[in-house]
Amino acid sequence: MIVSALAFYVFAAVAVASGVMVISSRNPVHSVLFLILAFFNAAGLFVLLGAEFLAMILVIVYVGAVAVLFLFVVMMLDINFVALREGFMKYLPVGAAIGLVLLAELLLVVGAWSFAPRAKTVLDAPVPAFDQLSNAQALGRILYTDNLYLFQAAGLVLLVAMIGAIVLTLREREGVRRQNAGAQIARRREDVIEIRKLPAGGGGQ
Amino acid sequence: MLMFWNGYALPTVIIVAQVVAIVVPLMLAVAYLTYAERKVLAAMQLRMGPNVVGWWGLLQPIADGLKLLTKETVIPSGANRLLFVAAPMLSFILALVAWAVIPFSAGMVLANINVGVLYLFAISSLGVYGIVVAGWASNSKYAFLGALRSAAQMVSYEVSIGFVIVTVIMCAGSMNLSKIVEAQKHVWFFIPLFPMFIVFFISGLAETNRTPFDLAEGESELVAGYFVEYSSMTFALFYLGEYANMILISAMTAVLFLGGWLPPIDIAPLNWIPGPVWFALKIAVGLFFFLWARATLPRYRYDQLMRLGWKVFLPFSLLWVALTAGVLVYGGLV
Repeated sequence: MIVSALAFYVFAAVAVASGVMVISSRNPVHSVLFLILAFFNAAGLFVLLGAEFLAMILVIVYVGAVAVLFLFVVMMLDINFVALREGFMKYLPVGAAIGLVLLAELLLVVGAWSFAPRAKTVLDAPVPAFDQLSNAQALGRILYTDNLYLFQAAGLVLLVAMIGAIVLTLREREGVRRQNAGAQIARRREDVIEIRKLPAGGGGQ
Repeated sequence: MLMFWNGYALPTVIIVAQVVAIVVPLMLAVAYLTYAERKVLAAMQLRMGPNVVGWWGLLQPIADGLKLLTKETVIPSGANRLLFVAAPMLSFILALVAWAVIPFSAGMVLANINVGVLYLFAISSLGVYGIVVAGWASNSKYAFLGALRSAAQMVSYEVSIGFVIVTVIMCAGSMNLSKIVEAQKHVWFFIPLFPMFIVFFISGLAETNRTPFDLAEGESELVAGYFVEYSSMTFALFYLGEYANMILISAMTAVLFLGGWLPPIDIAPLNWIPGPVWFALKIAVGLFFFLWARATLPRYRYDQLMRLGWKVFLPFSLLWVALTAGVLVYGGLV
């Protein structure tokens, strides 16, 4: 018991500290690395809660894919550290306002959740013990059985977003030579090579 | 006091002993994998290979390690010192921690967790950080280009590895590695899932940055890619990490497709041989294919690499996921 409490405080403290470092460190690459540390500690908290499936998915999706792309983009940026700090005071009020709005939204969500009429019934629904139903099965039941239509709708939204991103960035460039593996393999000797018998001294005629 | 000893200290001592029992043979295996690679390449190119240090050159890996230990560690003046030193450690540690969930025999596993496959997948997807951080912290254009190539490559091939793992999970009905092996009691998964086995092996080559997908190193164009600035033990850690990752991918292949510790057929002379021996043999076969690929194949061009990952493997593995799910449901096997 003491060990898990200790682990909780370590994970939580490191998660919060690295979250602060994400927004306060001067170098964007360090920010991304601290973000990764924060993800890891969140995964550790999930493990402590017994939600091992969510913990692994968090590491795979956010650390293994999303943060790699962040790092990829941030590293390729040509960063001027002086210019980065210039507008700090100018943007501070706007940033603070957005932060306040987000905080208010979070508080509202938490407040509404505890007062929502359905929340009580969801919480009171019988939950099978961990040894009877694994994490993945429980999540699968919620996503694919109980809330199938919402799940499909979310998938559609993501599909539309993906198509939008492709349409926005697609451009046809002139004069690009592309390799067509199928055409290369389909080439036959007779089509491309011609063997001629040349008479000696005929000059290639 | 007794409660403290039984509750915390004793389990810690046992776990540390188990970790040592896994890591020491693994390090020996890594050392002798470098030897095996040089011998296999030599044999395929009609050469002798290392044969001077020790009998048949058997002490060569030890001599190489000692040589690297005594060299000076050079840190470039423009490098980010902390990350420059942390990157090789990261690659090496990630190559080791994945072994925590690998089952060597029935019940012979350090951490028998329910999401073992996902843990392996998560750890192998983190491997890219060692390389990217090394490339960035070196402050060198060759290292940086190698790191960028490798980041794009590993992210691309992870997608198809993910789908291969999904088909195996569907067939086994569990994400626990021991249960996946036990599900192969009657038929090893590489027979019904043969195309996915091939996709997994090729993606494994790409994931470990091995020939023909070693564009991150590309010694002829990038002078060695992401570890061009590294020397001495920092270089050795990258090297050890790469070989430990090869062994890990082979172990994953053995667990997911080749029946882990199970003998080929469950009959008398074959099932006398203990499980870890079968497991080691299967890993050795996988490793031989890695070395064989290196001796045989030329390096892929970068656009061909991306085409293979995104336009061939991804749709193909997606189709197989749907097909496998359909067959399982239609055959009433789930």
